Amino acid sequence: MDAATREVIFRAEGLTKVYRMGEVEVHALRGVDLVLYAGEFVVLLGPSGSGKSTLLNILGGLDVPTAGHVWYHGEDLTRANDAQLTAFRREHVGFVFQFYNLIPSLTARENVAIVTEIAPSPMPPEDALAMVGLTERLDHFPAQLSGGEQQRVAIARAIAKRPVVMLCDEPTGALDSATGVHVLEALERVNTEMGTTTVVITHNVDIARMAHRVLFMADGRIGREQVNAERLPARELHW
Amino acid sequence: MKALHRKALRDLWHMRGQALAIAMVIASGIAMLVMSAATLDSLQDTRDRLYRDYRFSDVWAQVKRAPEALAQRVAELPGVNEVETRLIAGAKIELPGFHEPIEAVVQSLPDQSEPAQNRLYLRSGRMLAPFADDEVLVSESFAQAQNLKPGDRLRATVYGRTQWFTIVGMALSPEYVYQIKPGAMFPDYQRYAILWMNRRALAAALDMNGAFNQVVVRLSPGANERDTIAAMDLLLARNGSLGAHGRMDQLSYRFLHEEFRQLATMTRVFPTIFLGVAAFLLNVVFTRLVGTQRDQVAILKAFGYSTLDVALHYGLIVTLICLLGSALGVAGGAWLGTLMAAMYQTYFRFPFLDFNLSAPVVLAGIGVSLVAALLGTGRAVYAAADAPVAEAMRPPAPDRFRRSLAEAALPGRWLSQPTRIIFRQIERRPFKALLTVLGLACAGAIMMMARFQDSAINTMVELQFRLSQQHDVSASFIEPGPHRAVNELRALPGVRLAEGFRSVPVRFRSENRSMTTSIEGLAPQGELRRPIDAQLRRIVLPEDGLVLNDYLAARLGVGVGDQVWVEVLEGRRQQLALPVARLVREHVGLQAYMNLDALNRALGDGDLISGALLTVDDGLEPDVFRALDRRPRVIGAGSRLAAVEALYKSIAQMTGLFMWISILMGAIINFGVVYNSARIALAERGRELASLRVLGFTQGEVSYILLGELALLVAVSIPLSFAVGYGLSWYLAHNLQSDLYRVPMHIAPSAYAFAALTTVVSAVLSALAVRERIHRLDLIGVLKTRE
Repeated sequence: MDAATREVIFRAEGLTKVYRMGEVEVHALRGVDLVLYAGEFVVLLGPSGSGKSTLLNILGGLDVPTAGHVWYHGEDLTRANDAQLTAFRREHVGFVFQFYNLIPSLTARENVAIVTEIAPSPMPPEDALAMVGLTERLDHFPAQLSGGEQQRVAIARAIAKRPVVMLCDEPTGALDSATGVHVLEALERVNTEMGTTTVVITHNVDIARMAHRVLFMADGRIGREQVNAERLPARELHW
Repeated sequence: MKALHRKALRDLWHMRGQALAIAMVIASGIAMLVMSAATLDSLQDTRDRLYRDYRFSDVWAQVKRAPEALAQRVAELPGVNEVETRLIAGAKIELPGFHEPIEAVVQSLPDQSEPAQNRLYLRSGRMLAPFADDEVLVSESFAQAQNLKPGDRLRATVYGRTQWFTIVGMALSPEYVYQIKPGAMFPDYQRYAILWMNRRALAAALDMNGAFNQVVVRLSPGANERDTIAAMDLLLARNGSLGAHGRMDQLSYRFLHEEFRQLATMTRVFPTIFLGVAAFLLNVVFTRLVGTQRDQVAILKAFGYSTLDVALHYGLIVTLICLLGSALGVAGGAWLGTLMAAMYQTYFRFPFLDFNLSAPVVLAGIGVSLVAALLGTGRAVYAAADAPVAEAMRPPAPDRFRRSLAEAALPGRWLSQPTRIIFRQIERRPFKALLTVLGLACAGAIMMMARFQDSAINTMVELQFRLSQQHDVSASFIEPGPHRAVNELRALPGVRLAEGFRSVPVRFRSENRSMTTSIEGLAPQGELRRPIDAQLRRIVLPEDGLVLNDYLAARLGVGVGDQVWVEVLEGRRQQLALPVARLVREHVGLQAYMNLDALNRALGDGDLISGALLTVDDGLEPDVFRALDRRPRVIGAGSRLAAVEALYKSIAQMTGLFMWISILMGAIINFGVVYNSARIALAERGRELASLRVLGFTQGEVSYILLGELALLVAVSIPLSFAVGYGLSWYLAHNLQSDLYRVPMHIAPSAYAFAALTTVVSAVLSALAVRERIHRLDLIGVLKTRE
């Protein structure tokens, strides 16, 4: 893809984040600059505490930086108020968490519906679950699903609103390799078929091989960037 | 149904035990309100309808004797709409097989028609046959207490003439809704009766043909009662009028008025406190409950739900719990209300009862609970939503702990690590601990307040009957007689001591205030009846001047040294100014006392007494009663013991039901609070406790950390509940003051013990329930789930 002509989704400049945990100050981000393009599949690689999750949370409007700016389609997210951030998440962002964060009292279908009910132009929950291969498990509660299935429900929940961007924090972190591949296949399919910009956080180097672009993070900074000339399909990954 | 709503319902089902405990707290508060409101409204509506439909009089005037023609003159007075004359007299009754004295009031009925005022409601049997001179109707309460039925016979002595009568029916009258002997504190249906007989028959007994001794009046709409009374007094003065009076001085009306006023206070104070406590608890419980859902709030926010959406979601859960509680409360309260009203039926003799439940009151009660609960919920949701979403989804930053004050105070070897955790936990979040303690203290205080009434009334009875009155029998004469009559009574076999007394009906006036009561002239060296002072010592009556009880003095606005204007309401109707020599603390009535000699001196009509107090040898009371009965001058003789017994019985009946309902409701609230405190503490600390289990702590050790904290808070709350309970009881006592009685501020040690015990039992039961859950903590889950 040509960098000059591609549509810019996110632009971040000088992102800094300092947490105060009790009496300790943690510098999670130390001046991150970043551009994300439409339809990209980006993998954020780095060890624990390198600031991956913090960056993702700020991009998704879940957190605010201590300094710096993020523009989403030219809108400065760091100047948005709670209502604007809520609307941003509701209309544009799909989240996938490491531990799924399904609502235990709702079935798979209902866990997706809880998002589609508030999104402006969602797909039917059944279609979203079909995309992740869970047509058979619509009425199961989280407790009745395996970890991989639960994560696929979480992905269905994220894609059902037809988001512009998917933000996935260690989506396979709690899964074994084979199950993880299933989940990544689902993400790959969403990226390809729907053109959703997808950012995946992982500390699993193998996963990076399916990305368009890989950002290596360390100590709150993006250390280097690698563009994959050749991408590996998710089903060929193993670790 | 929306997925979010479905989540609400499933969450609710998931927390059903806790939800039910909370709903029961609400139900208890609402039930108290509904019960009280329903009881009061029903009684008031019933009373108003009875007075209206059965044509209750507005003014009564008693005279010695007046010619029937005078009735026309009364009818012409300003404001008078309707006049009826009648005869009324005191009587002694004997029933076969009942050997105690029975007093009665006999009233005449028109010979061939219904009375125009104060119509009777016939419960059973029939009305009197026209002109029959050996038939009577008896009051239903007396008939029930004595197990009488139409056809039974009784012997009545009226004005010295004794005659057998046949009971033809049982009746109720608006004049005797509260059927109580003048001067008594509580009704005694066995020994006090109302009889109705034909006018001609009673006239013959009283020698009152063509005359009347009582006239009753209904006023025109808008008439000024005071003017009409003044005009009647002027007109009837020459006929020996004791002074006309309005409804406020009619015994039954005034008792009802005062009782309803007290009931209104109780129905305001109790439910307000219950509901207030329940609302406070709801607020605290829901704040903490939603606080434990911090991560769920964050997830919903991450999906793009607004804070308002999330607040509404939790609001729905809270509303459902409140509605469930309210439904239970309304149903339970209405049922208890019918029980209460039925109980009052035995106390106030209404012929019928209109059950009424006021919707605005109930809705207000539900509204208060709901608002309190929703405020707590809203606060918690907004607090959780306040932090950036990512932060809320992270586990909260470890709180800053430090060595606790308790650790500094206690020797180190007493402090295991778990004990340190308990102290530090409490000291680090003192506000939360304070709220829990306050909630527990309120719950305990309710129990104390419920028990307070009981112990206070016992104290009141004790003071009035055991300390200040020490006679066994009191005998009243038909009219005041010479003091030497007491010697005859002293000579009766079985009588040990006899002291004369003189009771004079009077109206006190001081500036623009007036009170109708009586002066009790007591033997100066007498032992059998003496007022007591605030230190519970029996006082010596001063040589001269009045001794007023504190409440009467306050109502008249006078103190020691002031002069009071006294209008005597019998005999020569003297008017005199008397000084107030002393005040005494009394919890019952509006008495005034005077040295008997000083009273007789002031009245200037000789050395007279109106009755005597006797002490009697054990077992000889029946003989003394028989001897007294044979004396025509003795109109009534009462056994003090019987009076005390009757009193306790009425009290047990009256306060018992209300007390037990309060206790039950209080206990539910108490348990609800303790249980929820424990459950929420478990929810807040579950992860920490499970982690400790993973580290190798035993179930007992882990339980100790959680339940030890609860136990400590419960222990701290108990003394505080005593203080709050004392305050609530004081407020109640203060609001229950009336002419009839003042509840003394006395809380029995058992009330304290009861409150503490209830809290402890609630805590133990809650601890057992929670311990069960500690045993089921999910250890794997702790390792697996996000943190």
